Amino acid sequence: MCLGVPGKIIEIDDSKALKMAKVDFGGIVREACLEYVPEAKVGDYTVIHVGFAISLLSEEEALSSLDALKELVSLEDELGLGYEGKASDL
Amino acid sequence: MKYVAEYRDAELVRGVIDEIANTVTRDWTLMEICGGQTHAIVRHGIDQLLPKEIELVHGPGCPVCVTPLELIDRALVIAAKPDVIFCSYGDMLRVPGSVDDLFSIRANGGDVRVVYSPLDAVNIAKDNPDKEVVFFAIGFETTAPANVMSVLSAQMMGLKNYSIIVSHVRVPPALHVILGSPHNRVEGFLLAGHVCAVMGYWEYPDIAKQYGIPMAITGFEPLDIVQGILANVKQLEAGRVDIENTYPRAVTFEGNKAAQKTIEKVFQECDRKWRGIGTIAMSGWELRSEFDTFNAEKRFDVGEIKTDESPLCIAGEILQGLKKPNDCPAFGKECTPEKPLGATMVSTEGACAAYYKYGRGII
Repeated sequence: MCLGVPGKIIEIDDSKALKMAKVDFGGIVREACLEYVPEAKVGDYTVIHVGFAISLLSEEEALSSLDALKELVSLEDELGLGYEGKASDL
Repeated sequence: MKYVAEYRDAELVRGVIDEIANTVTRDWTLMEICGGQTHAIVRHGIDQLLPKEIELVHGPGCPVCVTPLELIDRALVIAAKPDVIFCSYGDMLRVPGSVDDLFSIRANGGDVRVVYSPLDAVNIAKDNPDKEVVFFAIGFETTAPANVMSVLSAQMMGLKNYSIIVSHVRVPPALHVILGSPHNRVEGFLLAGHVCAVMGYWEYPDIAKQYGIPMAITGFEPLDIVQGILANVKQLEAGRVDIENTYPRAVTFEGNKAAQKTIEKVFQECDRKWRGIGTIAMSGWELRSEFDTFNAEKRFDVGEIKTDESPLCIAGEILQGLKKPNDCPAFGKECTPEKPLGATMVSTEGACAAYYKYGRGII
């Protein structure tokens, strides 16, 4: 139940009592409430849980952690480390 | 899909698992708090790809599983009333009460509806002014912002026929119970990413320090999960105790302040009983008294409730990481998703349901 699904905000509706948006989940569009992410803009990615945006996704953080992982994995390849060859076996 | 596909990259996941294997020198037992993560781990076979030194035990982060039996029985009595439209998240429908579940109430003519969001239940109340609409507001911290907004929204709309049954629990008090147990085996935690998206992680450093247990805030995709495991293993091997945020794209230290403020406005902390575990002091939230008119337990007199829990079910021990689903003699025999003895066998976040669905421990 704590699953949150990332989606892209494609339209914001400020006209109702609650700030609502249309959010695109890879082709499926649903309504979601933006009351907890008032700074959200069209084009932002957000985590939606039971119809509410609970967090805006940070592209900067996402890219920097993915880069760090890619570096880690390519370093392993270069050193020939893996399941079959543990560092302690070298 | 952006923010999904790149976190399911098999090569990167394998690379991180290799790094875990290269780092580990002895046995470690880790717990993922969140049942959503339990299902992701078993579905993607992460438990089978990890080096044998790493054991994952499964935590209490399944709101449906820990909702106390008394409250489910009370909800069933309310749901069966002829003037009530009872709304619930779908996960709750098959959860066994003492004699019934919400499905059987519906089969017997009760108006039980599954909603995607609590705002849907508010709209049902608006459209049915001659009916009482009751929403089963269960959940951890992640779900609280949605559930409290439904109350505020109903209040703004002047609705007199909307109320909620609250069964809200919080993660930090449960960590104290798990870590304080003389039988505890957990040496590191994968903290629930979306609980922390709402609450931040400022509550956890003191707990980590008090028990000397490292923790990593962890997301839900396979790459997130193996990263959370690697962060724990690195700390354990180095003898470090820190809180590492391996889900920084969604989680900040402070969390979502607007959500925390709104929760605080509507809910107050209270003692809460957890199914299979018992009462944990100040582990839950309840409606503040100024929202009494939205409190279904105050609106509906259901009389005395006598509960009857299956003596075979060991869900309480499973939820505390003391046992695993396949340690239960009833698993896959007397207890299956079609005929569950406990909530852990039916919820999409229940550890027993994950083991059953993905064939762990079934010969």
